Amino acid sequence: MKEGRPRSFYVLAIFFAAYVLFLYGPMIAIYVLSFQGPQGGLTFPMNGVSTYWLAKLFQGTGIIDLGASFRRSLLLGVIVMAVTVVLSVAAGMAFRRKFRAQSILFYSAIASLIVPSIITSLGISLEFRIIDDLIKAHWNENFETSMGLLTSGLGAHLTWTLPFGLLIMFAIFNRFDPRLEEAARDLGATPWQAFRHVVLPIILPSVIGIGLFGFTLSWDELARSSQAIGAVNTLPLDLQGLTTTVTNPDIYALGTIISAVSFAVITLALGTIHMLNKRQAAKGSDAGKGLV
Amino acid sequence: MDTSEDILQQASPDLVRGSDTARPAKAARLSPSFVSWLQAGPMMLVFLAFFLIPLVFVVIVSFWDYNEYQLLPAFSGRGYTDTFEGCIAQLPDLCTIAKTYLKTLKLCFLVWAITLFIGFWVAYFLAFHVKSKTWQMGLSLLCTIPFWTSNVIRMIAWIPLLGRNGLVNSGLMKTGLISQPLEWLLFSEFSVVLALVHLFTFFMVVPIFNSMIRIDKSLIEAAYDAGATGLQTLVNVIVPLAKPGIVIGSIFVITIVMGDFITIGVMGGQQIAAAGKIIETRVNALQFPAAAANAVILLVITFLIITMMSRIVDIKKEL
Repeated sequence: MKEGRPRSFYVLAIFFAAYVLFLYGPMIAIYVLSFQGPQGGLTFPMNGVSTYWLAKLFQGTGIIDLGASFRRSLLLGVIVMAVTVVLSVAAGMAFRRKFRAQSILFYSAIASLIVPSIITSLGISLEFRIIDDLIKAHWNENFETSMGLLTSGLGAHLTWTLPFGLLIMFAIFNRFDPRLEEAARDLGATPWQAFRHVVLPIILPSVIGIGLFGFTLSWDELARSSQAIGAVNTLPLDLQGLTTTVTNPDIYALGTIISAVSFAVITLALGTIHMLNKRQAAKGSDAGKGLV
Repeated sequence: MDTSEDILQQASPDLVRGSDTARPAKAARLSPSFVSWLQAGPMMLVFLAFFLIPLVFVVIVSFWDYNEYQLLPAFSGRGYTDTFEGCIAQLPDLCTIAKTYLKTLKLCFLVWAITLFIGFWVAYFLAFHVKSKTWQMGLSLLCTIPFWTSNVIRMIAWIPLLGRNGLVNSGLMKTGLISQPLEWLLFSEFSVVLALVHLFTFFMVVPIFNSMIRIDKSLIEAAYDAGATGLQTLVNVIVPLAKPGIVIGSIFVITIVMGDFITIGVMGGQQIAAAGKIIETRVNALQFPAAAANAVILLVITFLIITMMSRIVDIKKEL
């Protein structure tokens, strides 16, 4: 049944495998090294195997107050995820009709994606500094700062996650059959009912994908946070600060823990998407059939 | 175009309202354009507050004055004159800012060329050689997962491999190829380029794959039937049709590298100057107008590069 593969297939398959090894190899190296023995150093060979460095992080005796920045990053990530999902789905729905300002919003999103992060970050920090100065000058002399995790920090992260969310919504609605919604409307559904019971169940797997992007992009965000986060640090900022001073494997242990959260979220999201797809197929609702 | 839109918008509320009369009357239906505003408005507000207005502030502040510890809201070109200091006096030698930008452009070009090469062939393999949809999805996912993990971790992951006592050096020493550890492996331009390629090839693979997957396979068969060799098909059919993806991927990679200061900082051992690093250094010294002036320069240069690239292909048409 199968035709013979051309030689280029094997050449490219090896090339692809090498690329995957290049992607994952170094990461796996540090996950392994975070289990160094207590006497172990920054490089191979392993000097015994232990959870010494991981435990040290959790005891808080190590390099940084892991707990505080861990909670901060988690809180910010979850909020960014929720806001990204809601705003992207809403805006994605809006783009299915023509509306004025449509191209302005589209180009803002693209520009926000493309303008170097350091510039956006600097701009946000200037904006908040000027707001602070205004408040100090006109209302309250003792005012500290309006910059913070959930003001400027949240905004900075959203400029990075929302464009991705919007582009994913475009991809979803490119393949979406509007007749399903029309049918719902003909059967007497209100626009909200049509959205809630027809559109949302169909697009739900991709919406979870948007949530995945929203959380992981925020969880790992660095460049935009750097100037705009205010006085506190997120986990990636802590980690970056360590790169210049580090002498023992706790940096790998920290890296491993950050990655573990990423992988947990990725697995959870992909698992849910898979489950939803299966349920859609199994329940025999013909809702998805129009898509193919 | 506008008029047809208006007609549609005027027509549709009536249709909706008509269907509504059959049910117990609720509040009057919102007009569709108002609904669109409600739906798109919040996102627009976020971009306004955290992207567009900040950009305006960058431009304004770049023309302000400053002293050791604060911003002085008075017009001044000092941010720019400080930045270009010595550029005319030192001619024909290059001043610091020109050297820095040359270095940044060189890094940019290297990373672009390498990510394009890798990205093109990875996408080509996924799009044309992997026939089953399941495998295609699985392998794409395999390429995507690292993108969802931390960039800093993916940078420091090179340290145990490339360091003085790292795997590469100890391996080479053992085989007797070198007697001294290679110093240029880590905290050098080499490691910066390597890490940037490692981090951002993804941005090349995705758009190129998207373009390739849309190519009608019968076009390729037609090319073969017409007697084209594999290379001719590649050059005359596949590359032109994948061009939108190539350009979009290139724009991503180039803008990221132009503005990068984290990878260049971490992997360059904080020793390599680059366009993004200047901004960071100025901010750390609280010289905000100078930082803003550098941001404006970077923005202009990035914009010029993008304009040049979008000449090659009409992006608006392709999206």
